[in-house]
Amino acid sequence: MKRLKNFLFLLAAAPVLAFAAGATVHLDKAPINLSDQESLQRGARMFVNHCLNCHSAGYMRYSRLQDLGLTEDQIKENLLFAAEKPGETMKVGMTKADGKAWFGATPPDLSVISRSRGSDWLYTYLRSFYRDDTRTTGWNNVVFDKVGMPHVLWELQGEMVPVYKKEGEHEVLERLELAKPGSVTLAEYDAMVGDLVNYLEWMGDPAQLQRKQLGIIVLAFLAFFFVVAYYLKKEFWKDIH
Amino acid sequence: MSALQKMMGWVDDRFPLTATYKAHLSEYYAPKNFNFWYFFGSLALLVLVLQIVTGIFLTMNYKPDAELAFASVEYIMRDVDWGWLIRYMHSTGASMFFVVVYLHMFRGLMYGSYRKPRELIWIFGVLIYLALMAEAFLGYLLPWGQMSFWGAQVIVNLFAAVPFIGEDLSIWIRGDYVISDATLNRFFAFHVIALPLVLLGLVVVHLVALHEVGSNNPDGVEIKKNKDPVTHIPLDGIPFHPYYTVKDIVGVIVFLMVFSAILFFGPEMGGYFLEANNFIPADPLKTPQHIAPLWYFTPFYAILRAVPPMFGSQFPGVVAMGMSIVLMFFLPWLDRGKVKSIRYRGPIYKIMLALFVVSFIGLGYLGLLPSTPLLTIAAQVFSVIYFLFFLLMPWYTSIDKTKPEPERVTG
Repeated sequence: MKRLKNFLFLLAAAPVLAFAAGATVHLDKAPINLSDQESLQRGARMFVNHCLNCHSAGYMRYSRLQDLGLTEDQIKENLLFAAEKPGETMKVGMTKADGKAWFGATPPDLSVISRSRGSDWLYTYLRSFYRDDTRTTGWNNVVFDKVGMPHVLWELQGEMVPVYKKEGEHEVLERLELAKPGSVTLAEYDAMVGDLVNYLEWMGDPAQLQRKQLGIIVLAFLAFFFVVAYYLKKEFWKDIH
Repeated sequence: MSALQKMMGWVDDRFPLTATYKAHLSEYYAPKNFNFWYFFGSLALLVLVLQIVTGIFLTMNYKPDAELAFASVEYIMRDVDWGWLIRYMHSTGASMFFVVVYLHMFRGLMYGSYRKPRELIWIFGVLIYLALMAEAFLGYLLPWGQMSFWGAQVIVNLFAAVPFIGEDLSIWIRGDYVISDATLNRFFAFHVIALPLVLLGLVVVHLVALHEVGSNNPDGVEIKKNKDPVTHIPLDGIPFHPYYTVKDIVGVIVFLMVFSAILFFGPEMGGYFLEANNFIPADPLKTPQHIAPLWYFTPFYAILRAVPPMFGSQFPGVVAMGMSIVLMFFLPWLDRGKVKSIRYRGPIYKIMLALFVVSFIGLGYLGLLPSTPLLTIAAQVFSVIYFLFFLLMPWYTSIDKTKPEPERVTG
């Protein structure tokens, strides 16, 4: 009976949950360009330097970065901090329990994060942290309210503060404003996050560059085969009336 | 006699090789007027083979273990040579299987292919459809993502709505109180062995029954009524091989072009073939905000949700959902029309079929969305139309003004 009640609750709660899910903020379009190898390389460096301290990418091997035009030596010298060999996957030293204790939730593995969240969400999220002294980390986020993750890239972006406007009874967040500049301009920061999200998009499905190239060859072959098959059929069917 | 002929003779004395080849290919006479809609039977067979072959290769690296399943799929996608291709073929194939099967079934509705003497072909076909739904449902648990887990949780919970035995029944199906490793293991066993065997067996009897009575055609007239007096070959029939083999090759290529376009350029198909939430590993403690089954189940899911709980039980909805499929079995006897094909049917059947298609697609769309009071009303309207299509069929097909069928098939 309990299971049934759970199920009924699920059905009953569906519209409420949907409303909660529907009331999302506007997402900015991520500048995804997987043919821009330099952007992907910059993104990979950003990822290894900033994300890979708490987040793992446990299904991704360092050696796969060779697909982005890096040599094995380049990977070893510049990107291999948390592992011994390029054949290893991108693990982190922090345990799940530590993550939970420090941030309230274990930082998720990022291997396929672009496939579950979508690149637009990631691009907006990483640019939407703001100062919030009510949070233990001192940071909050517009697209992920009360997020456990602090603003790791604050030294780059600087400190954003929220600007509220009155809407009837309530105060609603209107926009974020730069209170203390970081080491780069906001435009430069956007570009850096763009590179990072571009990399995450690629990492979600690293075979996709090869896949799309192969797809063109396959479709070209099928188109040729179609012409042959079509005329073969016509030839056989000549005598059917 | 050549060596080859001698060898064939040797085989034929022991196994009906030539006779089988003749009965099912070179001397199986199919109507010469098959149109576009007649591609989908052979395409369904093609996809079945694709699913079995890609499935075999997937099992070589997949791990049916709650701890390892999700990672093993990503291992296939990244580290196994051509693993991504095999996996995307399998995931695209699952959805495309339903695309071709739905079109194949719609062909049957249009041209009355379920009518006497083809009742058993239709019944075997509906059984194939049921087996296919079971196969798809079981397989969707295997990637062990959030949607795999919670989709299975919702569907298995439907069995818990059965009065008296429901709770025990659902535990018996899961092998646990929640979807767990035990469930994953048994679903894997059913998905890779039990259901494929059932499917193959049903496909064989579907084809044997078809070749016993012969194919219907867009005119819905029996080509066996007009045979050549000397050869006894139907005048409007042509040997399946080579005529329809060469024709089906063209259909196969066009299908593969669509298939490849999806597979290589958008295997998620905008979230319809691979859902975003299924890239999050299954978490029994975190219910996703919106749980929807994959698109091919949503018409029935919408019917389930359209029926309000009665006496505090969701069982009526489950019954309605079950009935929506069970009714299909009775189609051959519900239809009292004088003609088979839509070409000679009257306006009432055409309108009813159009309404049915609109309702089915409408229900499918609504099943994808979270339900709201307004959408529930829409789903209820569509559900009523869906059922009336079947329940009123004896009446509206018998009063419908039909046109006379031609003696012979038309072009």
